[in-house]
Amino acid sequence: MDFEKLTRLSADIRIWTIRTIAEAGFGHIGGSASIADVLAVLYGGMMKIDPENPKWEERDWFVLSKGHCAPALYAALALRGFFPMDWLKTLNKGGTNLPSHADRLRVPGVDMSTGSLGQGISAAVGIALANRMQGRNSWTYTIVGDGECNEGQVWEACEVATHQALDHLIVFVDWNKKQLDGTLEQISNPVDLAGKFAAFGFACETVPGYDVKAIWEAIERAKAAPGKPHCIVLDTIKGLGVKLAEVEDFNHYLTFDVAKGETSVEEIERRLAEGTYPGGDFKW
Amino acid sequence: MVKIRATHEKDTREMRAIYGEALMKAAEKHKNLVAINCDLCSSMGLKSFVKAFPDRAINVGIQEANGCSMAGGMAAAGMLPFFNTFSVFASRRVYDQIFMCAAYPKLNVKIVGGDAGVTATSNGGTHMPFEDIGILRVMPGITIMEPSDGVMLDDLVEQMAETEGLQYLRFTRKQTEKIYEEGSHFEIGKAVVVREGKDATIITCGILVTEALKAAETLAAEGLDVRVVDMFTIKPIDAACILESVKATGALVVAENHQLIGGLASAVAEVLADNAIGVPMEKIGIRDEFGEVGDQAYLMERFQLTAPYIVEAVKKAVSKK
Repeated sequence: MDFEKLTRLSADIRIWTIRTIAEAGFGHIGGSASIADVLAVLYGGMMKIDPENPKWEERDWFVLSKGHCAPALYAALALRGFFPMDWLKTLNKGGTNLPSHADRLRVPGVDMSTGSLGQGISAAVGIALANRMQGRNSWTYTIVGDGECNEGQVWEACEVATHQALDHLIVFVDWNKKQLDGTLEQISNPVDLAGKFAAFGFACETVPGYDVKAIWEAIERAKAAPGKPHCIVLDTIKGLGVKLAEVEDFNHYLTFDVAKGETSVEEIERRLAEGTYPGGDFKW
Repeated sequence: MVKIRATHEKDTREMRAIYGEALMKAAEKHKNLVAINCDLCSSMGLKSFVKAFPDRAINVGIQEANGCSMAGGMAAAGMLPFFNTFSVFASRRVYDQIFMCAAYPKLNVKIVGGDAGVTATSNGGTHMPFEDIGILRVMPGITIMEPSDGVMLDDLVEQMAETEGLQYLRFTRKQTEKIYEEGSHFEIGKAVVVREGKDATIITCGILVTEALKAAETLAAEGLDVRVVDMFTIKPIDAACILESVKATGALVVAENHQLIGGLASAVAEVLADNAIGVPMEKIGIRDEFGEVGDQAYLMERFQLTAPYIVEAVKKAVSKK
């Protein structure tokens, strides 16, 4: 795999997420930024997909359980040709095909509607089970937020995934350390997310969530290990790679215009050029 | 074609057994049908299904939320999920799950709730669904049904498997009176006039159809000729039947094993209001109360759901003509 190409794709997902939200004027930039790298891995080569035929039965499936970060998913899907790039300018505008939360009926390539947290992972468990029952050799991927793991339903889903031995299910936790109102520790301390998934019977590992090579290789290891569902905890930073979000403590949801967005786009290009992408001199 | 029995003796089979058999017949035909349940195989009549289709019976344990959202995922990936649990859990406990993983994404999910209304008996107020129809009726696109006997239940389960879309069916697990002849076929959304009459109409569903028929017999002896309508589809409701019945009889009683707020009576009143129809209307149902423990006979008396109360309601409606 050409990891430089995946890194470039992750930068493009960040850039188009910024532009998408800037056109709308406001949106969930923090958690969208922190999943850009895993989306680049999935949509840049890991997933078996066909943009010309989004409903292809033998495809791999993806559920964005943290559905509010749909702008990043929309950017990835548009960049892969699931729909025209100019749709991205319509986010949240009346009559748009791109609502704030991921929508299976409006957006080609979105496999499940999400937005009410805790449910996407359950839907992914159902999809993985259904694909196995129908004899498909498909992988089901889902991203849950670290704050989303407050929801009890996440752990119900984990129990069934393990009971059903859904080894073609790969759950990513976007461990960006913050939820809407503050840090995880301030709100409802999860103590040990990776340990909890492992305790629920998952094969679990933690990788740098901004490192496309590390993510790719973790998925390869998961695919080679039958018998258990998989959890890959993405150790990352909310807003990472998007300067206008990095500098804000509360960056779950920000208001910014196109001009401000473009300064962060320029910063991404600068970091890429000097080899410090995605974080630059951002201290974490 | 619906054939109504001349006599209404008690069925020898429990409704849950009829449901389980109907689901097995549907599963034979629809290879993608799966039965999801939440540690209630026995209560929902699914034990035979589990034996016959072990790979298509998914017992998720006591986790209704996950089970319901999983049903949505399974439907998205091409399966035909029937999600089974008690009506209270199939509605109020998984309300957002039905919304997010079935209604909003327009997925082909079937929700089946047992122990409707007072038939929850000894499980009492915590388990007695008087609000399920009301809260689900506002879910865009959902179809809501309550069969009145085993013949209807059997037919509706087959149709649920055949019909695309989110549907909710509530029923009692126990025996009911037989109302329809074997082989009767019902059209979802089209009410059945189970007894003709010209002086008043009783619109009802589920276990109260039998009570309404008993009431009509009592009233006939007193000289009142009462129509009884089995409104087994609460949504979409058969407005044409309501309007025609009201026009033909001029007095109306709605009887339901459910809260009067939001249920069948509300749905009927909405049709009348939408069509600017003023008609004497009396209601039999739960009046903003919780359920409680007791056997079915006690509870039907406690909540004034039996034939004698319907008789009085009809007389009152007729007196206002």
